[in-house]
Amino acid sequence: MNGARVEFRGLRRTFGSTTALDGLDLTVEPGELVALLGPSGCGKTTALRCLAGFEHPDEGEILVDGSDITPVPANRRDAGMVFQSYSLFPNMSVKENVAFGMRVRKAPAAKRHARAQELLDLIGLPSIGDRYPHQLSGGQQQRVALARALALEPRVLLLDEPLSALDAKVRVTLREEIRRLQLSLGITTIFVTHDQEEALSMADRVAVLRAGRLEQVADPATLYDRPATPFVAEFVGTMNHIPGRVSGDRVTVLGQMLPVDGEVPGSTDVDVLVRPEAVLVTPEEDAGGLVMVSSFRGSIARLTVVLPDGTEVLSDVPGHDAVRLAPGTRVRVALVERPVLVSAATERAAGATPRAAVAVPEHNAV
Amino acid sequence: MAALTPETLPAPATVPEPGARPGRPRRFRAWRGVILFFAAVYFLVPLIASFAFTVKEPDQGFSLDAYGQIFSAEGFGRSILLSLGLGVATIALVLLLTLPAMLAVRLSVPKLRPVLEIVCTLPLVVPPITFVAGISRVLQWGPDYLATTPLYQTIISVQNPDFPIVLVLAYVVLALPFAYRALDAGLGAMDVRTLVEAARNLGASWPHLLFRVIVPNLRAALASAAFLTLALVLGEFTIAQLLSYQTFPVWIYTISDSQAQVSVAVSVFSLLITWLLLLGLSSAGARQRSGS
Repeated sequence: MNGARVEFRGLRRTFGSTTALDGLDLTVEPGELVALLGPSGCGKTTALRCLAGFEHPDEGEILVDGSDITPVPANRRDAGMVFQSYSLFPNMSVKENVAFGMRVRKAPAAKRHARAQELLDLIGLPSIGDRYPHQLSGGQQQRVALARALALEPRVLLLDEPLSALDAKVRVTLREEIRRLQLSLGITTIFVTHDQEEALSMADRVAVLRAGRLEQVADPATLYDRPATPFVAEFVGTMNHIPGRVSGDRVTVLGQMLPVDGEVPGSTDVDVLVRPEAVLVTPEEDAGGLVMVSSFRGSIARLTVVLPDGTEVLSDVPGHDAVRLAPGTRVRVALVERPVLVSAATERAAGATPRAAVAVPEHNAV
Repeated sequence: MAALTPETLPAPATVPEPGARPGRPRRFRAWRGVILFFAAVYFLVPLIASFAFTVKEPDQGFSLDAYGQIFSAEGFGRSILLSLGLGVATIALVLLLTLPAMLAVRLSVPKLRPVLEIVCTLPLVVPPITFVAGISRVLQWGPDYLATTPLYQTIISVQNPDFPIVLVLAYVVLALPFAYRALDAGLGAMDVRTLVEAARNLGASWPHLLFRVIVPNLRAALASAAFLTLALVLGEFTIAQLLSYQTFPVWIYTISDSQAQVSVAVSVFSLLITWLLLLGLSSAGARQRSGS
């Protein structure tokens, strides 16, 4: 089983007055797992549904291995899909569900059963073939749905937030399993998610979408470390915006001189973008910073520290330091010595209150 | 701690017994009994009275003769077969109309759902007498210059007394609200869109997915739609009587003049059959819910 190359070219789709896709261009290499990440309404699911044939783009084309598939009806497309909601046919046993596609194609019964069993072995549930969907847990149902999608050996696998209905533990194990299967089968996979952690941990590349357009597509480490746009910086993970002053290719921020990474904006007053884990805090009796809030998350604790000028900075410290850095503690704040991203200080220029950090709702970050 | 945990947990202990729920206060249970009693009186008294009437004989005191006479009574077989035939045709037509329409609306134009609902519910508020007046007016209409056209022949043939298609058409309209309600509940209980898309994704054509995915999962809803429609057709009197067709209810009414006991016996008998059907239906629904 080998993956196909999938190309979205200038894909546009509007629903009434809302634009779901606004000229999306994206190429997925054969055998690659690409996560489409974005807030709800960014068009990621629409893109996937266009590829599956459930939506038709108003403009643009979708190429699979070089041929345009937009005129092909959904039931003739070579793409297996796993849905967000439980999609197993309730009237059929697990085995019949997995064999459904082969039955549609009129494969002989013996072959169907053998293949279904093979797939159940593959997903690690060899003995549930005779059960019915309502007798399975959510995680098992999604595994079976994955087996069903893989049964026809499609060249593209589409995953539409398949893990979002599951509880945190199952989600983590299942995503590792999906990744393992995908690598061993070498199937081109497009994974839609709004969970950045899921996207970063599973994908070869992550494509961040915003309002129907591609903001950035890059491997997870690049995306996290060098976000191309402020939107990506804020959507993926959490970013502190700390006021700084540029001089040459260095920037002065919180009394430190740090090299600037990437482009230097024209103005000298800038926002320095720093991840919370790159903000170091040390308790010190007469220091300027004050811990306002400490939110404990097990392995880490996220502190909100207020600086003397009123700027709020988020800092991640190891969980075992949380007691030492309880709210009310005076702390000294420093940044890790490494190149930093800067952006023009738009927010303060617009007269907004000094806002340091934009926290994106995180989904079970622990 | 872990060492104290037995390897295999005793399974039954984790499942609460059905009767083990803490009982409700006795006062409520007494009220339940009272309500049940009144409901039972409401339903059972007319029934018992009817039954008593059918078995009372002036000389012997008790006789099931009236029930024996049902099957030999003139016109019984013909009228019940006619009504059953009308029922089956109505069921087929009403399901054929509503199911695809409801699926199409749910899948592609959800905005039209309220419209469909209103259209399907409308027959409930139209009195049958108005309805039948309209129908007979339409049937009488047929100017002579149309006498040689297929339209005229169609109007004639739908009124064939052996199998009046016009009654099927009328009953389809009357059955729409019941079929709609039953199917709507059934479709609401499953994620139609996802199931359809999953089946399409696996290569199923529309007929395949309709008969292998949608219909099997709608069995209970289809059965109850069919049952309600059948009950409606077997009990409908006004339209059939005014258009002068000898359906089962019309026949019962006709013989009540000459053989009062037999006509009541037939009513009790048909009620019994209806109950048996209902019982079979609800147990079929229960079986489907348990998934076996």
